[in-house]
Amino acid sequence: MLSRVAESIYWMSRQVERAENLARFIEVTLHMTLEQAEYIVEPWEPLVQVTGDNEWFLAKYGKPDRQNVVQFLAFDEEYPNSMLSCLRAARENARGVREMISTEAFRELNSFYHFVCEGSTPQLTSDPTELFFDHVRSQALMWSGVMENTMTHDLAWQFINLGRMLERADKTSRILDAKYFNLLPSVDDVGTAVDDLQWSTLLLAISGFEAYRREHHLVDVEKIVAFFLFHRSFPRSVYYCVAAADWSLREIEKVSGADRPGEAKQRISALRHRLKNTNVKEVIAGGMHDFIDRLQLELNAIGESLGRDYFHNTGTS
Amino acid sequence: MQEQASGKSFQRQSQSSIPSLPNYQTDGFYDELVNDQNLARPDTEELVSLFNRLKPAELFRRQQAIEKSLYQMGITFTVYSDSAGTEKIFPFDVVPRIVSAMLWKHIDAGLKQRIRALNRFLCDIYNEQAIVKDGIIPRVLIESSPAYLKECQGLAPFNDVWCHITGTDLIRDNEGTVYVLEDNLRCPSGVSYVLQNRHVMKRNFPQVFGASRVRPVSDYSWRLFDLLRGIAPPHVDNPAIVVLTPGIYNSAYYEHSFLAQNMGVRLVEGRDLVVENDFLYMRTTGGLKRVDVIYRRIDDAFLDPKTFRKDSVLGVKGLMDVYRAGNVSLANAPGTGIADDKVIYAFVPDMIRYYLDEEPILPNVPTYVCQKDDDRKYVLEHMDELVIKAAGESGGYGVLIGPHATKEQREEYAAKIKENPRNWIAQPTLQLSRVPTLIDGQLEGRHVDLRPYILCRRQETCGCCQAD
Repeated sequence: MLSRVAESIYWMSRQVERAENLARFIEVTLHMTLEQAEYIVEPWEPLVQVTGDNEWFLAKYGKPDRQNVVQFLAFDEEYPNSMLSCLRAARENARGVREMISTEAFRELNSFYHFVCEGSTPQLTSDPTELFFDHVRSQALMWSGVMENTMTHDLAWQFINLGRMLERADKTSRILDAKYFNLLPSVDDVGTAVDDLQWSTLLLAISGFEAYRREHHLVDVEKIVAFFLFHRSFPRSVYYCVAAADWSLREIEKVSGADRPGEAKQRISALRHRLKNTNVKEVIAGGMHDFIDRLQLELNAIGESLGRDYFHNTGTS
Repeated sequence: MQEQASGKSFQRQSQSSIPSLPNYQTDGFYDELVNDQNLARPDTEELVSLFNRLKPAELFRRQQAIEKSLYQMGITFTVYSDSAGTEKIFPFDVVPRIVSAMLWKHIDAGLKQRIRALNRFLCDIYNEQAIVKDGIIPRVLIESSPAYLKECQGLAPFNDVWCHITGTDLIRDNEGTVYVLEDNLRCPSGVSYVLQNRHVMKRNFPQVFGASRVRPVSDYSWRLFDLLRGIAPPHVDNPAIVVLTPGIYNSAYYEHSFLAQNMGVRLVEGRDLVVENDFLYMRTTGGLKRVDVIYRRIDDAFLDPKTFRKDSVLGVKGLMDVYRAGNVSLANAPGTGIADDKVIYAFVPDMIRYYLDEEPILPNVPTYVCQKDDDRKYVLEHMDELVIKAAGESGGYGVLIGPHATKEQREEYAAKIKENPRNWIAQPTLQLSRVPTLIDGQLEGRHVDLRPYILCRRQETCGCCQAD
């Protein structure tokens, strides 16, 4: 497989996953804010923190209110990580490797992009609807389903999976970090209805509400953190994503016939091992923010190693 | 089809059973669908009667549905001047153009003959140059052509084929006679639109296809793949074939990816390739892999910055060395452009007689070569009747349509002709045939040309498919 193609396909997949996660975060927040609980932590600011681009936001928009945050995350064409920018970049990447992905998959991504483009009208952005973001989410699910079922699970597919899983691990950890940080002041309220509502929203953002409820029933911060970070089989938990990315890299190495594990493979195996052997009590005791910070540094390092191992880059993308 | 014939719109000529298009204007032109009394021609009855059976807005609705589906499938081309919405769907007309089997047989034979002669010419001109020595084509015309590549002198591509993929433009005049307007022998584009148009047309007009016994075109990609495999350097088992594209910003990028996808081969850009020790390699996730055959969609000038344009970032440095060493095959071979220089075009009928000892089956549009004294004199005296074309240009650039030009424009072109006669040809203004086209929901006649694609693997043609 051409290195350029591998890189484009990897980024295409990451960018769609990124757009999907943004839509999820916006959707659940919109949903939550429709009802006004008596005491509630400001819901929009954490979404800006999730991106890690707080300063950029502050300079352009100032106050993180609903309209500003939605415009920023969903439709800002100047912001390279907005939903629209991500989809545009994903589609550009897909066009560049069009012969490698199925016709159906390209068509899906193409109409996904056009849908969001058409949605980014002033009328909608001044009054963003949950329905729109729900539709975006469906489109993203549709896209990955089409990928799954119309393509050979070959090298190209493994790079797609790798991109998707690394991106998802990053976003799951970021949303937990941002929300957890903001929920800390209200730690006394654990067990109250308001707190339950906010933790539920967090679970909804990763489609984990029902899965969590089935296992634990009651809101418990420790269990929620464990669900986010260490769940073995929920497809959006950090551990699951890292394990899946590790598997894809192993398959990629098999096909490429490397005589020894590449840097990226070594790093991801190490991360998987570490996650497997960490328990939630240690994470909370040692400071969750620090734990997630380190996790993200490791994820970034894996991305850089991929560039060296497979895309023949010297720097990062 | 669910619509039933309604008494009002289902009109037939009372004196015969031949269907007609009562409200359509042929405006005195040769119309390919109906004759001058608006009656269907022998091969178009089925289509004309279908139009009569359809409800008035139905055609328009289908056109829009097809356009929407082309857009969603991303079947687009790039408009260079437009930075915002740089992609447009290829303009598509819902009314099919019908070419009868009889006429196609004639075109098919004519195109095969022409390609045979053109390939003989390319072999000759880059080797012995017998046609020049025998005085058929003046040497100065060859050597003054920018498309003549002296770097290719003495080369012999496998199977003696220089031009593997040709997209010849054909027109019909007021009598319906078919002429060759130009031979596109470099990197002709458009075949993917033929295939996709056919695909959507079949879905929208199944009954016409069923009744008309339309020849298939969908095997094009297989034939192209076979051709490319067949031209691999000898002794290469299982050759690695690639399509070389300038990249996603090229106007024909969709076609490049479409063909690569349909052939199941890699689509590469110049930056994916590298030359080492007279072999060509691509950079893959598993290291360098050798490439044996390139279907290149990059013009000669950009192929290799070491040999041709130094500023090319699209090509591969050293590619021509690999090609000369016989370690990679290129389709089309570099240098084919000489045969579609507009001045050389005028000599194609002579080439057919010279190389094949046959009379041309498809005539050229009569062409005056301004380099010849008699022709130039005639052209300068008849500027208001002729179409003047620059020899080295294509795509409608450097063209003056005499009857529609102002006096100043004609004088400007006359001066250019006198200054550099080699660069100019002239042709009479033909009244091109028309076909009904859906314009704002109504059928109106529009002039057409036809671009069939000809694949040639060895010195015999192997397949044709048609295009508008």
